[in-house]
Amino acid sequence: MTATTAQTGPGFPAAQGLALAVEHMDVSYKVRGADRKALRDVSFQIARHESYGLVGESGSGKSTVALALTRYLPRNGRVSAGSISINGQDPLAMGNAALRDLRARTVSMVYQEPGKALNPAIRVGRQVAEVYEIAGRSGAEALERAEAMLRKVQISDPGRVMKRYPHQLSGGMAQRVVIAMAIAAGPSLLILDEPTTALDATVEAEVLDLVAGLREELDTSVLFISHNLAVIAKMCDRVGVLYAGELVEEGPAAQLFESPRHPYTVGLLRCIPRQGLRKDHSRLDTIPGFLPPTGHAPAGCIFAPRCSIAEDQCRQAAPPAFATGPDRSSRCYLHEQAGELPRNTPVDLQLSSPDSITDDPVVDLKGLSKTFTSRGEAVKALVGVELRLQRGETLGLVGESGSGKTTLARVLLGLIVPDPGAIVELDGKPLGPELRNRTREQLKALQIVFQNPDSALNRRHTVRRLISRPLHKLARLSGDALRDRLADLVRSVRMEDRHLGLRPRQLSGGLKQRVAIARAFGGGPRIVVCDEPTSALDVSVQAAILNLLADLQAKEQVTYLFISHDLGLVRYLSDRIAVLYLGRVMELGPAERVFSGPHHPYTEALLSAVPSLDGQRQERIKLAGEIPSAADPPTGCVFHTRCPRRLPTGICETTEPPLAEVEPGHLMSCHIPIDQLTNLQGIGKVP
Amino acid sequence: MTVWRLLLRRPTFLIGATILLFWIACALFGNVIAPDNPLAQTLLAVNKAPSAAHWFGTDQIGRDVLSRVIVGARTILIIAPLATLLGTVLGTALGLAMGYLGGVLDVLVSRLVEAVLALPAVIVIFLFIVALGATTTTMIIVIGFIFTPLIARTVRSAVMVESELDYLPSARLLGEGAAHVMFVEILPNVVPTILVEFTVRLGYAIFTVATLAFLGFGVNVSTPSWGSDINANYIVLGAGDWWETLFPALAIASLVIAINLVADSIEQVFSG
Repeated sequence: MTATTAQTGPGFPAAQGLALAVEHMDVSYKVRGADRKALRDVSFQIARHESYGLVGESGSGKSTVALALTRYLPRNGRVSAGSISINGQDPLAMGNAALRDLRARTVSMVYQEPGKALNPAIRVGRQVAEVYEIAGRSGAEALERAEAMLRKVQISDPGRVMKRYPHQLSGGMAQRVVIAMAIAAGPSLLILDEPTTALDATVEAEVLDLVAGLREELDTSVLFISHNLAVIAKMCDRVGVLYAGELVEEGPAAQLFESPRHPYTVGLLRCIPRQGLRKDHSRLDTIPGFLPPTGHAPAGCIFAPRCSIAEDQCRQAAPPAFATGPDRSSRCYLHEQAGELPRNTPVDLQLSSPDSITDDPVVDLKGLSKTFTSRGEAVKALVGVELRLQRGETLGLVGESGSGKTTLARVLLGLIVPDPGAIVELDGKPLGPELRNRTREQLKALQIVFQNPDSALNRRHTVRRLISRPLHKLARLSGDALRDRLADLVRSVRMEDRHLGLRPRQLSGGLKQRVAIARAFGGGPRIVVCDEPTSALDVSVQAAILNLLADLQAKEQVTYLFISHDLGLVRYLSDRIAVLYLGRVMELGPAERVFSGPHHPYTEALLSAVPSLDGQRQERIKLAGEIPSAADPPTGCVFHTRCPRRLPTGICETTEPPLAEVEPGHLMSCHIPIDQLTNLQGIGKVP
Repeated sequence: MTVWRLLLRRPTFLIGATILLFWIACALFGNVIAPDNPLAQTLLAVNKAPSAAHWFGTDQIGRDVLSRVIVGARTILIIAPLATLLGTVLGTALGLAMGYLGGVLDVLVSRLVEAVLALPAVIVIFLFIVALGATTTTMIIVIGFIFTPLIARTVRSAVMVESELDYLPSARLLGEGAAHVMFVEILPNVVPTILVEFTVRLGYAIFTVATLAFLGFGVNVSTPSWGSDINANYIVLGAGDWWETLFPALAIASLVIAINLVADSIEQVFSG
C-alpha cells in the first residue's frame, strides 16, 4: 500500500516526452471576495498519442481543467497552485505572444456547441482557411488546404460547404467543421469538451468515429471531457474520474470501468441501466446526498458524506492517492472494499409485471398527421401515425431529433392541434383537438413531465403552490383534504415538508424534476408523457428519477409515453417501443423484441450507434448522409436514402411499405421480409 | 429582499435615490421648507443676484427663486408619476394580452405602437392638451395614454420570451384560463422588466411635463412650476440674469438624472 503522490518529483523530468503533465494543480475562483477552490490537487499526465478521458458530473470541475490548461479561465479564476506543462512548455509562465502562439499551434479546443464556436457572419471556408493564414500561408493556398481538411473530416462536398454560413449547417456538420479547424494547425494536444453532447446518437457515433480515425492518422494526444461514461469508455485509453474538484480515481479505461476502485466510480456505474436491465428486474442504484458546493470541502475525504462505507479515518484526513494496480490509483482508504459497496436502493420493489398489461387501450390514435407551415413550405411533422396506449404500460418513443416525437406528445396532450381527420380517443371517446374543448376529467387524465424543470416550473412560485395547484384545479380538493394529499404526494416523490416553502431556484436539478413529477401526478392522471425527463440531469440523479417513475407507475397504474434519445433508458423503462423517423412509425413492438431483433434497419442503425460500457459491440451500421428535410421527404420508403439494407429491386424508392405485423404484436414498415432481416442481422447469435 | 440589498450596495442607486427623496420631500413639505413665500413679490428687489438673503436670487417680480424651485417640485411630482403609473398599468395589461393571446389584437396594437412612435410624443400630447384643456387630470390621462402602447411593446417582448418556456403549457394542462396564465403565471416573471420600464418612462414624463409648462401649458399659471418659471424668465438671460433660468433648469435635470440613476441600478440588479 504505497501512496503515489510522490511518484513525480519536483521539476518532473517525466514531463519530457509527455503531451501534457498537470501536477498538483489547484484552481480557485474569487467569489464575493473569498477564494473558492474549484480544483484541488489535480495531477495527471497524457503521453504522446494517448487519449485521456476526464469524466464527472456537472460541478465536478471538468471544464475548469480544460480552461485552466490554456489559461482561458474567467477573470475571477486562477491557478493558485501546481504546474502545467504542455509539450514541455509552461502556459502559466507565458507572456501574451507566447500564449497566443501556444493556442494557435500546440493546443486546440472543441466545445459542446459547434454553433457557438463558429462566427455566424463569416462563410465556413474563410473560417477554416484563417487557421492556415495565421500559420503563414497565402490566401489561395489556405483555401485549398481548408478544402482538403474538410474532406479529411468526411464532409462529402467541401466545396459547397465552404460557401455556406454556419447557420446553414446541421449540428453534426458544424461540429465537423470545428474539428477541422481544431486539427488544421496540427496541434500536439486536442481538448474535446463534451463534443457530442448536443448531437443525436447517430451523428454522435459518426463524430466519435471521426475523432478516433483522426487520432490514428495524426500525431495528436487527446483530452476528452464528458459526463457520458460510455463515450469515454469508447474513446479513451486512460480515464480520470473527477468528483467535486478532485481526481478520485484514475486508470486504464477498460480496467477502471470493469473493476472500479473508488466508491464514487462504483456508484456512478451502478446508476446506469446496463446489459438490458429492465424496470421489472431491478431498480437502479443511486448515490445519496449532493455534490458539496464549490469551495466547501469537508475535512476528510471529499466523498465521505455520500459514501456508505466511510469510516472514521475517512472523515478525519483526506486520503492520498493509493496505487491500486499498474498505472491505477484511487483516493480511497477502502479501495479494496469499494467494489462491494452496498446498494443504496433495494433491488426489488413492488413491480408492475409486463404480463399484467392486457389489451385494454386507454388512448387510441388514428390517422394522426400534423403539417406545419414554415416559410410557405408544408413541413410534415407527423404522417398517419396509428398508436395505442395500453393501461399501465410504458410506450417508449425513440427517433432522432426532427422525427416528430415531441409533436406526437403535444398533439396527444392537446397543446398542438392535429390536421383534420385525426382521431384521438380516450377510453373510446374522442378528445377535443384543443385543450379548451376538453372536460376536466379529460384534462386530468393527460399530464406531462417536461425535459427541463427550470423551464417547466414557474420560478416565481413556491413548491407548495406548484404542487397544490393541480390538487385544487383538477382533483377539486381544498382545506384539510388538500393538505393531506399534498403531504402524501410530497412523500411519494421523496421530498420533505421543508421544501414546500422554497422556490425552484433554491432546489437542485433532481429536486426540481421531482416537483414537476409531483405536479404531473397531482390530479391523478391516467397517462403521463415523459419528454426526456432526465436528459437535463446528472447520471446519479437520473437513476433516482427513473426509479421514482417506475415506482409511481407500479403504485398508480399509470401509462407512460416515454420519450428519450437514450436507448438504454428507454429499454429500462419501456414495455413497448415505437421508433419514429420523419414523422412515421417505422417499428412498433415489445421492447425486448425491438432491441434484440429482428428489427427495422433504422432501429438497427440507431442501436449500433449507441456507445456501450459493456465491451465492444458488433460492427457499427453506418447511415449515409443526414436526416432528410420533412418539407421534402424522400419518395417510397422515407428511410431508403440512408438505408444500408435497401433492396436492389428498386421497390424501396417507389413504394412506401405499410406498417405491417411481422410477428404477433411486432409491427414494422419495411419491404424486406422478416426472415431475411433475421438472417441479415445475424439474430440468433447472442445479442 | 436580496434585490434591496443589492441595490443599496450600488453608489449610483444611493445617489439617485437621495436626490429623488429630496425632491419628494420638497413636493410634500415645500411650503414648510421654503425660506420665503414663493408667491410673495418684493418689487424693491427684482432681478437680484444670489446672495445671503436670497440664495438663488430673485426673479423679475422679486419672488425668491429658491422657494419657487422647492415648491415647484409638487406639480411635476404629482403629474409625472401618476401618468407613468397609468401608462404602466394599461401598457402591462395590453402587453400581456398581445404577447400571450397574439393574433389580430397583437397585429393591430403593434401597428398602433408604430404609429405613435412615428410622431414625437410631446407634439401629440400638446395637441390633446390644447384640445382638452390643461388640468392635472387631463395631463395625467393624456400622458398615460401616450405611454401605454410604448410600455405595451416592451412588456410584449418580455412575454414572448416567457412564452417559450414550458410552465405555460403546464398551466394550460391544469385547465387554467387565459387571465390566470397572464396575470398569475406570466406577470410575476415580467415584473423586473416592468419596473425598469416604469422608471425609464418616469424620466420621460418629468421631461414632458416640464416641456409642456415651458410651452405655456402648465396646470395653473400662478402655481410655481419649473417649466413655466424658465419660460417666464429666459428672456432676461440676455441681460445676464442667469439664476432665474438656471436653477429651475438644474432642478429638472437633477430629477431626471436621479430617476435614470435609479432606473439603471434596478436594471443592472435584475439582469444579474
